[in-house]
Amino acid sequence: MSRWKFIWRLTPLFAVLALLLSGCQGAFNPQGSNAKDQLWLIELAFFIMILVLVVVFGIFFYVIIRFRKRKGQTGYPKQVEGSHKLEVIWTVIPFILLMILAIPTVLLTFHFAQNANNDKDALHIKVTAHQFWWEFEYPDLGIRTAEDLVIPVGKKISVELTSADVLHSFWIPELAGKMDTNPGMVNKMFFNADKEGVYKGKCAELCGSSHALMDFKVVAKSEADFNAWAKQIKQPAAISADAAKGEEIFKNKCLQCHAVTPDQRGFGPNLAGFANRNTVAGFRPNEPEWISKWLTDPQAVKPGTLMPNVGLNQQEVSELVKYLQELK
Amino acid sequence: MSHSHSVKRYHGLMDWLTTVDHKKIAILYLVAGGFFLAVGGFEAMLIRLQLMFPENTFVAAHTFNELITMHGTTMIFLAGMPLLFALMNAVVPLQIGARDVAFPFVNALGFWLFFFGGVLMNISWFIGTVPDAGWTSYPPLASNTYSGMGVNYYVVGLQIAGLGSLIGGINFLVTIVNMRAPGMSFMRMPLFTWTIFIASAIILFAFPAITVGLVLLLFDRLFGANFFEVANGGNPVLWQHIFWIFGHPEVYILILPAFGVISEVVSTFSSKRLFGYSSMVFATVLIGFLSFMVWAHHMFSVGLGPVANALFSVATMLIAVPTGIKIFNWLFTYWGGHIRFTTANLFASSFIPTFVIGGVTGVMLSVAPADYQFHDTYFVVAHFHYTIVGGLVFGIFAGLFYWWPKMFGRMLDERLGKVTFWFFFIGFHLTFLVQHFLGLQGMPRRVFTYLKGQGWDTENMISTVGALMMGIASIVLLINVLITSLKPRNADADPWDGRTLEWAIPSPPPEYNFAQTPLVRGLDALWVEKEAGNKTITPAEPLGPIHMPSPSILPFVMSVGFFIAGFGFMYAKHEFANGIASFLFGNYIVAVAGLVIVLVSMFLRSVFDDHGFHIEPEELQEKGVKA
Ligand code: HEM
Ligand SMILES: [Cu+2]
Repeated sequence: MSRWKFIWRLTPLFAVLALLLSGCQGAFNPQGSNAKDQLWLIELAFFIMILVLVVVFGIFFYVIIRFRKRKGQTGYPKQVEGSHKLEVIWTVIPFILLMILAIPTVLLTFHFAQNANNDKDALHIKVTAHQFWWEFEYPDLGIRTAEDLVIPVGKKISVELTSADVLHSFWIPELAGKMDTNPGMVNKMFFNADKEGVYKGKCAELCGSSHALMDFKVVAKSEADFNAWAKQIKQPAAISADAAKGEEIFKNKCLQCHAVTPDQRGFGPNLAGFANRNTVAGFRPNEPEWISKWLTDPQAVKPGTLMPNVGLNQQEVSELVKYLQELK
Repeated sequence: MSHSHSVKRYHGLMDWLTTVDHKKIAILYLVAGGFFLAVGGFEAMLIRLQLMFPENTFVAAHTFNELITMHGTTMIFLAGMPLLFALMNAVVPLQIGARDVAFPFVNALGFWLFFFGGVLMNISWFIGTVPDAGWTSYPPLASNTYSGMGVNYYVVGLQIAGLGSLIGGINFLVTIVNMRAPGMSFMRMPLFTWTIFIASAIILFAFPAITVGLVLLLFDRLFGANFFEVANGGNPVLWQHIFWIFGHPEVYILILPAFGVISEVVSTFSSKRLFGYSSMVFATVLIGFLSFMVWAHHMFSVGLGPVANALFSVATMLIAVPTGIKIFNWLFTYWGGHIRFTTANLFASSFIPTFVIGGVTGVMLSVAPADYQFHDTYFVVAHFHYTIVGGLVFGIFAGLFYWWPKMFGRMLDERLGKVTFWFFFIGFHLTFLVQHFLGLQGMPRRVFTYLKGQGWDTENMISTVGALMMGIASIVLLINVLITSLKPRNADADPWDGRTLEWAIPSPPPEYNFAQTPLVRGLDALWVEKEAGNKTITPAEPLGPIHMPSPSILPFVMSVGFFIAGFGFMYAKHEFANGIASFLFGNYIVAVAGLVIVLVSMFLRSVFDDHGFHIEPEELQEKGVKA
């Protein structure tokens, strides 16, 4: 075979590799110890499986090319019963391969199940999933937020998960694998972020119409920035005269569901510190345009959301946008 | 021998509604299963069109959830299972040299229950309240609080269809145990019959679980019970256990018969006996057993704790060993053979590498800590389509092209068959290979849309294009079937140089199958005779009168009764706008009427002794064995 032909045959392989590399996100791009351990295990499994595929595909292509019926071939091939030796080989070798995979699997399963709740160095967070938004509580700091989970870099985050309605599943592909949030139960997990940054979080369990849009963000800040954030969010927001009208409307039409001080819980997400959030509704950029779209018709942005259309006019919407942008 | 009973014969439509002949029931299953396959495929196309572009608005969010729910449910219960029932009805009695199945009446009942269950479920599209909680229907989402009337259609439809599958499975279990021709010991049974035997055993143990689960969900939904209502002490995780104790074996009910088809096709078209027959049987039994031991691998992220997760991880990996045995045995059956690449064999041979890809991703998923990343992503979607499309559907297509002449007396067109194969094969891999990467890049499953700029656009586009190619393949297949049905019935009894008993009798077989029960003298009974220089199989008995069961309309009527009762229960507490409607339908009148139909049919079946009729030897001679 000429060299070029050989390289030509390899192109599909390169194509796959290119796909792999271009997809530098999700589980491929771990940014915390939990996801790194998982990627390591995924790679181990992947390489064992590639080995299996190479062997099977090799035999397969050899067989179907070498033994296709040729013109003029007559009579019957030899009728072989089987071969004990071969059968033992292809029973034992896979078994050994699987054991190589099984040992780290069991070890890591127990590692991930460690309870970090009593770890004094860990930051403790309670997550409650709702149709279709996320509530985060920092019991030690007396803070409740929604949609953005702010954490300090490097610190172990110990999470307790539950749901207020249906099943959801808490997943930050780049930081940690998923864990379900079950109503009436509490699940525990832990993770950390190695670098500052904003990480995508998702709901992974079908939970109704807007399951696809039930995103959140994990914002990893330096320890100092995190502390500053925790301090600031507890301070009542300084509302300028410009936004006073908006505040008034908010009190009349929104406050029954949304609290704006971080110690309260409402039917909808707590909006304390809203202006510093990355998103509105968990998935759209926190910009005036999207805020007003959301306020005008929440259903159009997030089908099936439990936030009603409050019936605001254009004027009211823009007042509210001003106000919300001052909730620092 | 007396034959005082008059012979009942129906024609036209009535013939199909009353038949208890397993070969005709096979055709009924094929038509109905094929229809639902088209429906499920159409739903798949809509799903893929919606996901072709980011933030597409082709279908609405809620409609999308209805589509995935109905697609999954339809494909598993109304297409996959019935198409397998079609093949097993068409082939198993012939392969074991039987004149019929053990309970022909029950066989017909099984079909009609499945059919009306499926119809009931799909009527939801016309009523406008469609099941929307996923084919797994996890509560609380599937409870009254969070989803509408649609889920009732799911529960009631599946309950009725599931009863059909259960009695079908029991029927084949008994048939295979009791009705084998003389000389056909268990270790001489063709592998397809073996896999049907084990699949039927799995049905026997797995379907009662879903039946119970559906009853609980039904009681929660219709009568306000609290099995899964958290607020009242229920537990939604209970449903997940029940569902998967059924659901995991279910996928083996689907795949084992496909393994059986592949074994037959690979052996016939390489003109060799199956390599390692006894280890194939052993592997089949072992897989059947293990399939019950691994259900919680669908629940690694539920929070069962490390002990359960570790145990279920390792148990799941073990299934790879017997499956591997099978793969290598197939490859070594080809080894040294004279391989003929007919369409059937194209599907069968490409099954092998395709299914292996599905198998290795299955092992990857069994690694619990890694599954925390894979679970509920497109990696899973890719995996299970590699097994159920690359496995089950390839197997069914191989089986259809292989046994079509036996079922209909006509050969499907090979050239069109090959067009179907290539479109389907290439389309399949385009659709699902890229989805592995989508999953690893973080795309969750069951999402009606995805945002721009996540690097998922190209793969989703490729995937949709592939799906459309599979759609084209299916249309070509349909054309093939139509063209074929216009041709004369002139297929040989043994067009592929077969090895098992079904090829010893005419295509299509006469209604009594074998005029004389055959004597089986080894594995691959027909091949044994061919090798001994005999043209046909040696009979085990002299020619005599053949007993046949009478046709009956009761299975049909009984299933209609269940269908009506199902509607009655679903709407008994419904508020109707119109007073008369609410008097008639808003209570249990309809449900009771339906049940009365069922009970009366049962009563009639019990009190009227129908011994069937006999076909006399003179008649056999007259008609001869011509098809
Ligand atoms: C024409 C070929 C097919 C295509 C293009 C296709 C495509 C899809 C897609 C896009 C989904 C939704 C994934 C998600 O968002 O969760 C899906 C789900 C599913 N498919 Fe298919 N599919 C095909 C054939 C089949 C077949 C033949 C079967 C089974 C016999 C099957 C069984 C399922 C199941 C069980 C689900 C899960 C539904 C759920 O999540 O509730 N599919 N399919
Ligand atoms: Cu959710």
